[in-house]
Amino acid sequence: MNIPPELKYTQNDEWMRVEGNIGTVGITDFAQEQLSDIVFVEIIAAEGETLKQGDSCATVESVKAAADVYMPAGGKIVAVNDELPDKPELINTDPYGVAWLVKVEIGETSELNKLLDAAAYIEHCAARQG
Amino acid sequence: MMYTPHTDADREAMLRTIGVKNIADLFQDVPAAHRFPELALPSAMTEMEILAELQALAWANDTARELICFLGAGAYNHYIPAAVDAILRRGEFYTAYTPYQPEISQGTLQAIFEYQSLIAGLTGMEVCNASHYDGATAVAEAVNMSHHHFRGKRPKVVLSPAVHPQYRDTVRTYTQDSDVVLVGDQGEVDPTANPQALLPLLDDTTSLVVVQYPDFFGRVFDYTDLAKAVHQAGGLLCVAVNPLALGLLKPPGEFGADIVTGEGQPLGIPLSYGGPYLGLFATRQEYVRRMAGRLVGETVDNRGQRAYVLTLTAREQHIRRERATSNICTNQGLMVLAATVYLSLLGKHGLRQVAELCYHKAHYAALRIASLRGYSLWSNEPFFNEFALRCPRPIDEVNDFLLDQGILGGYALGRDYPDFEKVMLLAVTEMNSKEDIDALVDVLREVSHA
Amino acid sequence: MPEHLMCELSVPGRVGFRFPKPDVPLAPLPEGLTREQLPLPEMAEVDVVRYFTRLSQLNHSVDTGFYPLGSCTMKYNPKINEEAARLAGFAHLHPLQQVETTQGALAMMYTLQEWLKEIGGFAGVSLQPAAGAHGELTGVLIIRAYHTSRGDTQRTRILIPDSAHGTNPATSAMSGMEVVELRSDRRGNVDLQALRSHCDDTLAGLMLTNPNTLGLFDENLAEIIRLVHAAGGLVYGDGANMNALLGIVRPGDLGFDVLHYNLHKTFSTPHGGGGPGSGPVGVAAHLVDFLPDPILGILEEGDEEEDLPPFYGFVTPPRTIGRMKAFHGHFGMFVRAFTYIAMHGPQGLRAISDYAVLNANYLLARLRGTYHVPYDRICMHEFVLEGRWADAPDIHALDIAKRLMDFKFHPPTNYFPLIVHEALMIEPTETESKETLDAFADTLIQIAAEARSDPDLLKTAPHNTPYGRLDEVKAAKELVLCCVAEYTR
Repeated sequence: MNIPPELKYTQNDEWMRVEGNIGTVGITDFAQEQLSDIVFVEIIAAEGETLKQGDSCATVESVKAAADVYMPAGGKIVAVNDELPDKPELINTDPYGVAWLVKVEIGETSELNKLLDAAAYIEHCAARQG
Repeated sequence: MMYTPHTDADREAMLRTIGVKNIADLFQDVPAAHRFPELALPSAMTEMEILAELQALAWANDTARELICFLGAGAYNHYIPAAVDAILRRGEFYTAYTPYQPEISQGTLQAIFEYQSLIAGLTGMEVCNASHYDGATAVAEAVNMSHHHFRGKRPKVVLSPAVHPQYRDTVRTYTQDSDVVLVGDQGEVDPTANPQALLPLLDDTTSLVVVQYPDFFGRVFDYTDLAKAVHQAGGLLCVAVNPLALGLLKPPGEFGADIVTGEGQPLGIPLSYGGPYLGLFATRQEYVRRMAGRLVGETVDNRGQRAYVLTLTAREQHIRRERATSNICTNQGLMVLAATVYLSLLGKHGLRQVAELCYHKAHYAALRIASLRGYSLWSNEPFFNEFALRCPRPIDEVNDFLLDQGILGGYALGRDYPDFEKVMLLAVTEMNSKEDIDALVDVLREVSHA
Repeated sequence: MPEHLMCELSVPGRVGFRFPKPDVPLAPLPEGLTREQLPLPEMAEVDVVRYFTRLSQLNHSVDTGFYPLGSCTMKYNPKINEEAARLAGFAHLHPLQQVETTQGALAMMYTLQEWLKEIGGFAGVSLQPAAGAHGELTGVLIIRAYHTSRGDTQRTRILIPDSAHGTNPATSAMSGMEVVELRSDRRGNVDLQALRSHCDDTLAGLMLTNPNTLGLFDENLAEIIRLVHAAGGLVYGDGANMNALLGIVRPGDLGFDVLHYNLHKTFSTPHGGGGPGSGPVGVAAHLVDFLPDPILGILEEGDEEEDLPPFYGFVTPPRTIGRMKAFHGHFGMFVRAFTYIAMHGPQGLRAISDYAVLNANYLLARLRGTYHVPYDRICMHEFVLEGRWADAPDIHALDIAKRLMDFKFHPPTNYFPLIVHEALMIEPTETESKETLDAFADTLIQIAAEARSDPDLLKTAPHNTPYGRLDEVKAAKELVLCCVAEYTR
């Protein structure tokens, strides 16, 4: 299970990389393993749109499940990964790299305090593996 | 008892294995106060006895085959080729379940794939699902789908008043307590008007416009201009069809429909006092993930054989649960098969032939009746096999007269539309001979004189 | 050997069916409104019949073998039902005919309505809903209408156990209600503490399947219903598992306010490859006014002395939620269910549940040593096993299911309910013999051994079926949903 130490995480298995005031969002290795082969990605957030923390920004579908992806922090969407919908399987192979979903200009940095660090996320995953 | 095979010896052996004395011991969790009630039902009948009882009940009815039927309004008396029921009665089809295990369900899956293809072709659309319950709920699902598509930001749905009243009622039931706003059939638009009358109701809060083809009054309109206007306003167009009419008429896909729904009963499904019927639902490829209902897709198995499987199941209720577009689980399975076999038997030539028979016979009837004193056609628009007829007396009286002469008259439009007390909706199919139509004309003439 | 599609079998010029020539003068066709291409096949009747007959032979069905799908109740479909539904006096009735011409059909529907009330313990029944999920929607709309009529518009939350069928939360969401999931306790019952915490004045109701999808009769049922009622909520019963309750207990007597029946499960109407179903709804006295429009009623009382039967017709309930679909429901299924109930009578119905529960407990007893039973108590008409073993880490429930097909058994329900890992939900029904059950148990025991000695056999199963495992990822990624293009080439 790959859980990069420098990222922030949510209970719903999203990750966010924070660089300056820009956050990059995706779903974690745990999530892609649970979903198995991902066949479809729809990014519903649009560039320029402002979303709140917890708003749905994308939907990810595999053969056996569908999941909504929620914003770990709110702000203005500055980039959307246009290449991902054509190659949804990238989420399975490179969830933290080329399979990022959106980039957001973080509105309220205090919202980052609500996120989990890598250690807390590792615990969260372990608790669910039962 | 009836269909349980257990002998006393079986039962005793099984109880011993389980480790209880009696079957009643297995129900200990059931609250004692209410356990094992005496049901006040008649005692069991044998197969011979129930068949006699059913026959008596059946004989107490006068059917559309014994009477001369001119009643339509959403269900039609068409001929069903013998081969359709022969296939439907195969136990491998009708006693199978939903094809969740594709390796042993290719019969059902391939048949549904064929159905999807035939209906897509018939309606001029790109994808078709494995059916909804009926024509009415299919429209309700279209409303649901377009509402989801616009993420609730476009709450208005325009319903033409010329859509079947029961379909509109169903949509109202489904959308009660939601933020969907239904307009168009509450007096804002004159039912006698043509589709252009809907245009003033379009705006940027409109998600869907629903029209019928042929409409409830039997009229056939080209909705190309309406489709353009709807798209310009940013909304979607849903056309509810009689699929048999599409054997002759231009399909809605060709004039810009985004969703085509329909009632598939005319395609090899008996009248059966209202059900089970078949809800058709087809749309464009770009909306396929928003569409509710089952979908069969093509793939291969691990032996390299082409095969079929339920696909995009992640949209459905058993996976998305409260996030599914719809709660639909069961489809109309066997009715899908009936329509598929019917369309396959009739094929390109047969469907055109039966559509033309309906068309020509209806036009013969209209011509002859319109020449009677006291009767006139309510509309001059083109029609397929159904038309609205102005009569000299209230329709219930006319129909009583007709029934005395062994004729089932048309639908009394006054039930749903004010000011239509003396207007009847008359349907003619290939099951009506020229003699039947002439008989109708003779009785109608008498009604006018009486 | 896969079967060709009709677009591949079609030959230009072939005619499958002929109609008589028109016996009336031809009218001019409407200008600009006729179609040019009609993409349908051209096949002779013999070829159409062969095609569909051969397709049917690729299916497993109740008529060919055991089908222990949990919560689906794949019992034998009596053939007399098919005769009944096809009687000409039923098959050719138009739904909008004057009711004086359909009194036989109406009498039958009214009687079925009354029988379902008696079986479930309810004051009112609507036959209109087309399927279980449709019945659920009806029930939730009724609940909402009831609260609204009393000014309780703040009651918008529906509680649903985590073991529930997906239609339950989907239905609630579809009706605009807020879904709150309730966890199950260690014995598979609804967790009472969780339930208590949600009992306030925003509670619209609880949707409960009982027995639940674990096949267990909730040990705290009376308390659950009491708590919900005390908080002002209503209890909706998902009647999918009614095969365990006929003549055993009436949900209405237990306090359920509304319940849907599945005629295609409990009352033997055939599953048809996925439908049609029929989902009538029963309600307690305080909800009768809200039933869908129309229900069956007696418009004029009969006279026994004069040998005059009652005059039946359709009635609109005074505060109806409205119409759930066109016309009055799946009449063809009513005839079959009516026939079924008439042939069983009260003792026969009781025997159905007795033997359904006996069969399930017998299988459970035979299998519990070999498979882990997560909730190990006396079960009702179905039970759940875990399809996994610690010493066979690569084997999942899916592999067991696929291997079962090699022995001509349809697998049990897989991966449901969600609260059990690698769930196998088994419902034998009452129409299976001890030999069939023993053969099934023996096979599952053999597969458990194979899981350790020869796991590859399971992982590559099925071997003896017409088709092997399908590539479902390919089906979802490369969407091919029809072949209409072939007809227009």
